[in-house]
Amino acid sequence: MTHDKNLQVRIFKNKMLYLLVCIFSGLTAIPLLAILGEVLIKGWRQLSWTFLTEATPNAYKAMMAMSAGEPVPGGIANGIIGTFLMLIMAAVIAIPVGIFCGICLSEYKGKWFATVVSYLTDLLQGTPSIIIGIITYIWVVVPMKGYSAIAGSVALFIMMLPLIIRSTEETMKILPETLKEAGLALGGSYWRVMLQVMLPSAFGSIFTGILLAISRVIGETAPLMFTALGGAAISWNINRPMAAVPLMIWEFFNDPNLQSLIWGASLFLLTFVLFLNLLAKRIQKKWKV
Amino acid sequence: MESIKDPILQIKNVSIAYGSNKLAVKNVSADVERNTITAIMGPSGCGKSTLLRAVNRMHELYKSIHVTGEILLNGVNIMEMHPTEERRKVGMVFQRPNPFPTMNIYDNVLAGYKLNGIKLSKTEKDEIVEKTLRDVALWDEVKDSLTKRGTFLSGGQQQRLCIARSLALRPDILLMDEPTSALDPIATKYIEELIVELKKSVTIMIVTHNMSQAKRISDYSMFMYMGELIEYDNSHIMFTEPKDERTRAYLTGKMG
Repeated sequence: MTHDKNLQVRIFKNKMLYLLVCIFSGLTAIPLLAILGEVLIKGWRQLSWTFLTEATPNAYKAMMAMSAGEPVPGGIANGIIGTFLMLIMAAVIAIPVGIFCGICLSEYKGKWFATVVSYLTDLLQGTPSIIIGIITYIWVVVPMKGYSAIAGSVALFIMMLPLIIRSTEETMKILPETLKEAGLALGGSYWRVMLQVMLPSAFGSIFTGILLAISRVIGETAPLMFTALGGAAISWNINRPMAAVPLMIWEFFNDPNLQSLIWGASLFLLTFVLFLNLLAKRIQKKWKV
Repeated sequence: MESIKDPILQIKNVSIAYGSNKLAVKNVSADVERNTITAIMGPSGCGKSTLLRAVNRMHELYKSIHVTGEILLNGVNIMEMHPTEERRKVGMVFQRPNPFPTMNIYDNVLAGYKLNGIKLSKTEKDEIVEKTLRDVALWDEVKDSLTKRGTFLSGGQQQRLCIARSLALRPDILLMDEPTSALDPIATKYIEELIVELKKSVTIMIVTHNMSQAKRISDYSMFMYMGELIEYDNSHIMFTEPKDERTRAYLTGKMG
């Protein structure tokens, strides 16, 4: 009967371990849910159409509204426009550069320059964003003699680049070698095979990587402080300072009259990042090779 | 063996080395008769795939592989042709079916033209797709789903699609590297019947480690062992009265 007893103990151990796993995964979910809940509860009251279409109110208007017990007027339209303008400018350059660099790294793996570039990519990915901000300040803001949206997008470009390079490289590496051979065996030239067979096959994963890179840099604040600076009015001029949603959260925090806008802006950012992540998941599933 | 009368391919003293000194193919010479099926047999690692891949210059993709000797296609040294031109004339079918995953069935058949930058009119495209898919006996099964992805088909259908993809370019030679080893017996039977049918229009060289397959479909057989071409003969003779002791041992299952 010792045999049976052993079995009982093993079943019991198994159950305990399972319970433990459940408890710990539950514990990790708590802070995530708490953050979401906090932002949602405090932010949803701010959300309205005008919150998305109007620029930051001036401090006087906000103060008057607060003392009258009304919600603070105005919104974050200047920040939304700034964020998207700078993101688009950064992405338009970072996507082709990053994809080509990623292809080269996977194609020439083992060569000395690919190894060097690969290390540099890791280094860039690990560089604190505030350092990227200050570097961009020296490289772009100083020669241009002023803060600008261009400088902001350069900083975001540098932040996005290693993420896109990595995702492209990893995807190209897992594509079967026979796919490339099949293309070449049909008489395709190397670059035609890369562009018409390999890249489309990797497209789903690369696109997912791009979306995740965007969602990663959309909340970057530090590099924009040195470059885009911020602005209270809606602006489309990329040669001038420009607002961005994460920058505005910082500005609202520093102005006692505007503090109630923090949560609306946070909710906006969080929702957008969540949306990008869900989209990335869907695309990866749909385009799976 | 009886001499080859009308060789489409002449392999002369070909040796292939991986790295600096590991010879995978040792000084192989053989002529391949036009519009026949030539099987290359041998145990794993004997160099049969390596020899096959030299014919469409696949080894050039890898810096560490060196090919010496000459291969003549229709009397012309393949090294004197442009690699893309040469590979257009020598199609290849791989071990695992590998249709291009992002292309539909229609575009998979035409992939060779697209990758060579050859522009075709809509009617030309339709004609090529229908004719080629009929040639590989796939037309009736897929004619209503040409816009579906190639990967949506069954393994055997995918392999026939890959054969169609190569045939669409009207190659002189079709190289097949164990084309049925990933397929079930019924799909294998279809592919074998197809290969026999195809030799009317194209010369076929097929690598297989399945002796009975070689016996069923091939006109000529090569037996390779440790990188050497041990025996090359009419398949009928090879399977009934092999001359070399090693061939006999392999064919009777004493060596595998």
